[in-house]
Amino acid sequence: MTADRPRTSLLGTTALLFEAPGETTLETQRRIWAVAHEAAGFPGVREAVPGMNNLMLVFVEPPRRPEEIEQRLLELWNVVAPLPIAGRCIDLPVAYGGEAGPHMADVIEHTGMSVDEIVERHSAPTYIVFALGSHPGYCYLGGMDARIATPRRKVPVLKIPRGAVSIGGSQTGVSASDGPSGWNTIGSTQIAFFDVNRSPPALLQPGDSIRFKVARVLR
Amino acid sequence: MIKILSVGALATVQDLGRTGGLSLGVGTSGAMDPLALAAGNILLRNQENTAAVEVPVFPFKVRFERSTVFAVTGADCAGRLDEAPVLPWWAHRAEAGQVLSLSHPKQTTWRATRAYLCIADGVDVPAVLGSRSTQLRGSFGGYEGRPLRDGDELPTGRSNGRAVPGFGLVPPGLALPLEADGVPAVRVLPAAEYDCFTNSSQDALWSTGWKITAQSDRYGYRLSGRELNPLRPLELRSHGIVPGVIQVPHGGQPIIQMRDAQPSGGYPKIGTVIEADLWRLGQAPIGSNVRFIRCSWDEALGASADIRRWLANSRRLVELHCGERGGR
Repeated sequence: MTADRPRTSLLGTTALLFEAPGETTLETQRRIWAVAHEAAGFPGVREAVPGMNNLMLVFVEPPRRPEEIEQRLLELWNVVAPLPIAGRCIDLPVAYGGEAGPHMADVIEHTGMSVDEIVERHSAPTYIVFALGSHPGYCYLGGMDARIATPRRKVPVLKIPRGAVSIGGSQTGVSASDGPSGWNTIGSTQIAFFDVNRSPPALLQPGDSIRFKVARVLR
Repeated sequence: MIKILSVGALATVQDLGRTGGLSLGVGTSGAMDPLALAAGNILLRNQENTAAVEVPVFPFKVRFERSTVFAVTGADCAGRLDEAPVLPWWAHRAEAGQVLSLSHPKQTTWRATRAYLCIADGVDVPAVLGSRSTQLRGSFGGYEGRPLRDGDELPTGRSNGRAVPGFGLVPPGLALPLEADGVPAVRVLPAAEYDCFTNSSQDALWSTGWKITAQSDRYGYRLSGRELNPLRPLELRSHGIVPGVIQVPHGGQPIIQMRDAQPSGGYPKIGTVIEADLWRLGQAPIGSNVRFIRCSWDEALGASADIRRWLANSRRLVELHCGERGGR
């Protein structure tokens, strides 16, 4: 969703959501990181959670007047300097299509492209980790080629495996553990994104990046 | 220590949930009925966040390996301690070796499906990332990061030495009922995409019943009812979400995020069940209907205040009783 101005909305009495305007960009995400950094210290805020060009603030207790926090966020958005984070880059070998990518057919049908074109476009960019979410250690990545964007599935799949490489709308990512998902799985890789005994437990953090290397393509 | 003798699917160790991990993708987990957990701990004069066993499927059988005081809150499961009946929402003494059995909840007293076994010693599994709740998706927390199995031996802490048996509380299912047209209800605040749905979809949300389908669990409740349609297809960027968010995937049948929900998502959100009513949903049986009542921010704050008042009153009653019995 793009609008020309930031939007705020309530997530019940638990949290509020701030959504940046415009197309999804790294520059906007850097402003989100900067606002998150500041807003984490707002009184009454338990956690500031960046998403894809948006930010969720979780309340300690439902505030008497949430509009005051919304107003503060909007003011901060206008003055904040983007926070550049330069992280590390990891390469992930991916098996595309076949059993490794059971929904490749849906992406082919939606985009009208061949498997090879989809794989080429998916593996070309260096993807920046914009945010973590979904499940422990999972990374939301920025930079997917808009031409391979494919809508989320009509009904979520009850279980997709760890390592599944998938496309949901204009985003792509890699499942960090087995679980339900509404995204289209086009391939698979192997990596441990999260280990509770590691410090920090998540392998990657916002600002790090991922490159997908084509291991094989199953047609 | 307590030993699990017989357990159905998906019984887990839970406290009030894990905070501060959302930015790592770690959802909150925690008791589906946080009010029952807190009240059970209040009855035993524990910290309200003390870990307990959440039991969603019956029969359930456990042996106390040393004497303690315990309470079973949530559903009324016709409990037995050896042969003696066990009142729900009541503090009982168990001697070492005694066996507690819980059977399928009676829906005649109040409607609830999950029981909480709270003990004065607390379930003493290690806190992981600040909580003892089981994180099923991440396979950590709780007991070895997984649901309980027959034969599991759960460590318990030192008895708090303060719990006094022989006293109970009136369950909130009786004390704080909420219905719409005779159907159990929860209060909802409209969410970001509410205005993106057709008028008839908005109307259906508030005026019709929603059946909790069999594909419902700690992650989320998949509902069935009238189809909810956006004015035009929506693809959102992934953003933070919380338990209670009512998402509408493209199929038009809503899903309510529950305690094991992922902390982010991208389906359109038509509303969010307020935090103060999530315990009601946590106890709603599969196959039953639920209604959504639209509420204002101030009404939602009022609902939170009602919960705080109920807990404070419970604490007061327990302290009064324990004072009379000479406990301290």
